[in-house]
Amino acid sequence: MIYREAGQFKTSYVADQQIFPIRQDRLGMALILAFAYIVVPVIGNDYWFTAILIPFLILSLAALGLNILTGYAGQLSLGTAGFMAVGAFAAYNFILRVPDMPFLVAFVLAGLAAALVGILFGLPSLRIKGFYLAVATLAAQFFIEWALIKFGWFTNYSPSGVIDAQTMILFGIALDTPLEKYLLTLSIVSVLALAAKNLMRCETGRAFMAIRDMDVAAEVIGIPMLKTKLLAFAISSFYCGIAGALYAYAYLGTVEPQAFDLTRSFQVLFMIIIGGMGSILGSFLGAAFITLLPILLNVVAHAWFGGAVRMAVLSNLELVIFGGLIIFFLAVEPHGLARLWQIAKEKLRLWPFPH
Amino acid sequence: MKRESFKSCRIGLALVAAVALAGAFVPTQAAEQFIPMLSYRVGPYAPGGSGFFGGYIDYLDMINKRDGGVNGVKLTWEECETEYKNDRGVECYERLKGKGPTGGTVFTPLSTGITYSLIERATADKIPVISMGYGRTDASDGRIFPYIFPLVTNYWSQNTAKIKFIGMREGGMDKLKGKKIANLYHGSAYGKETIPVLDIQAKKYGFEVKHIEVPHPGNEQQSQWLEIRRYKPDWVILRGWGVMNPTALKTAQKVGFPADRIVGVWWSGAEEDVIPAGDAAKGFISAAFHPSGRDFPVIQDILKHVYGGGNRGNMTDQSRIGQQYFNRGVIQGILTVEAIRTAQEKFGRGKSLTPEQVRWGIENLNIDEKRIRQLGAFGLLQPLKVSCQDHEGGGAVKFQQWDGERWKVISDWIPSDQSIVRPMIEESAARYAKEKGIKPREGTSLGSDCGNYPEHLKKIVSGG
Repeated sequence: MIYREAGQFKTSYVADQQIFPIRQDRLGMALILAFAYIVVPVIGNDYWFTAILIPFLILSLAALGLNILTGYAGQLSLGTAGFMAVGAFAAYNFILRVPDMPFLVAFVLAGLAAALVGILFGLPSLRIKGFYLAVATLAAQFFIEWALIKFGWFTNYSPSGVIDAQTMILFGIALDTPLEKYLLTLSIVSVLALAAKNLMRCETGRAFMAIRDMDVAAEVIGIPMLKTKLLAFAISSFYCGIAGALYAYAYLGTVEPQAFDLTRSFQVLFMIIIGGMGSILGSFLGAAFITLLPILLNVVAHAWFGGAVRMAVLSNLELVIFGGLIIFFLAVEPHGLARLWQIAKEKLRLWPFPH
Repeated sequence: MKRESFKSCRIGLALVAAVALAGAFVPTQAAEQFIPMLSYRVGPYAPGGSGFFGGYIDYLDMINKRDGGVNGVKLTWEECETEYKNDRGVECYERLKGKGPTGGTVFTPLSTGITYSLIERATADKIPVISMGYGRTDASDGRIFPYIFPLVTNYWSQNTAKIKFIGMREGGMDKLKGKKIANLYHGSAYGKETIPVLDIQAKKYGFEVKHIEVPHPGNEQQSQWLEIRRYKPDWVILRGWGVMNPTALKTAQKVGFPADRIVGVWWSGAEEDVIPAGDAAKGFISAAFHPSGRDFPVIQDILKHVYGGGNRGNMTDQSRIGQQYFNRGVIQGILTVEAIRTAQEKFGRGKSLTPEQVRWGIENLNIDEKRIRQLGAFGLLQPLKVSCQDHEGGGAVKFQQWDGERWKVISDWIPSDQSIVRPMIEESAARYAKEKGIKPREGTSLGSDCGNYPEHLKKIVSGG
């Protein structure tokens, strides 16, 4: 009913090829953006901006980056957090060492630096596949973390190895309130998400998916293996790098290399597995599930059982419930939350007689 | 004349009575002081978190039950699970900072990473953070970090005390000349933090130091200890963390290095660090800014008032009461309560204080030996005097040795060498001020006397 398309005629190829061919989707997207840009700043408070929305958006971006590589191009990677670290530390050094560097330029450069490192560690993907590639990308994770701790130059010889992100200044205005940081993060994430959506619809994206589905066949029809795989690594790392820089600048304010350890890589991988491989929406749903659900459980547990149950029991119980929910969702829909939404949408289009 | 004086005396008495009555009535308003707890009870560091926050909460609970709060102000608290993760820590901070009648009074994250993430936030929100024995070392300069308090002892101070202790063992600091010390450190920011101090000390006292890194988490140290065996050091400094500690002790035994020549940092000096190593830990020495044990009146009071009569305290496993992490939590409790008490003297007894008022209380803490005895913590806590310039306050360290069953204190309070540490802290803090564009506090600032900010540091801050 809601999704009935009757009466929506496409009279040109342009109309047929737009991002959201259904009018309701376009409307929904516009509403979501309007909500995020206009309503949230009015009703939100500092807690929501700094503790919930900013980390959610940043990790969505990281998940999006990994989804391009793993979900679309089929290259399993465990180096996500490493590439995020490259982004964060590169942005720090560009701003620190280049006088009058605008931070947005530094962010782009940081993304490019991460892309370069990504290409380097993507080289083994030409020879190895699947789980073996995952192990090879682990090298990136460990090497980057080690290098950042080992060489003091990266942290400007800070005795504890922790960097303090400089204040972000845009056109002479310091972005230091939670609301400003939220709007900045939201803008960067929306632009990059739109870019990713378009990229995956065009030739590059189709080449990625061809390689994912069957690389021999892809090669036979003329898709250059080397170029495409490395491009996937580069784009993915670029996204992760920007996410890392945002993590340091818009979220924590300080970053140590340990903030980007293997656990973070796994966390992002779980996001795309739960959210949905090869889906832009899935990256956001997965990030919400992995980052926000534990907090929600914690808040609910405190509200319901606070005082009555020991904290240690409560904390462990949260982990148990969280683990249980992961298993439940994977059992119900192995293709992730995005697929659940897709099915729901299909049913709504055929409503009241879905089959 | 005589009558007159008698009269005035009576008036005086009446006045005293009135004041006393008023004083007695204030607490009935049931003022509360809310203390947020960024605790962690799951994950790899749960033993530390549950012990520390157990001790902290039990002490506050005891103050409520024994004294009816601080001058009648009831202490309240709420925990939030951080899992020792920075992002969760920030979320918990944001969640708890606005609770209670006056907001979260003072934060104690027990995590260096979370402390770093809170420095700017807490400063902007005007909420004090106490990072006792961890966190950012150069925050000891309160002129640059008004809201951050690495109380008692920081890593650099501890390290100088450690070298002093080794010197004492060798029979004098001059005997250190030509000696060899291996610094076995955890491959993290935390592990690397003392390298520059050690290098300076090596130059000063003429000993040789070799830094050997153990990659995180440190459960494999065969090659490092073989290197140590080849190097033949007189002492090994163990700057370990978590699983790295028992592994180091076991591997040392394997390569035949005596445990009583290994001196650990306080994060390698808990029961949890040595018991897994079994026999290999016997004789191992570690630094401590407080001893273990239950023989302190304050711990006895906790047992009596909190656990007595079949009541439930915060510790599930009561055998851990009196162990390192528990006692550290009790010390945290003492410092927090004393800070509130000090602040109440200035801002009004029996009132809920704002975080900013409590900040003043921390900055003006002065716990001398007499007060420590009153608190029932003699031998547990060192004398502490905090000021605007010095947010560390103490700086002394005790050393303890594991005898196979418990930690035995083997030294008195060994003061740190501030002539080495202080200039490093001031310079590092000044560089932070420059990076962040912070104006150092001078003269009377936030109710404390900060004195003049030295010229050579001003140059660093202004980028000269």
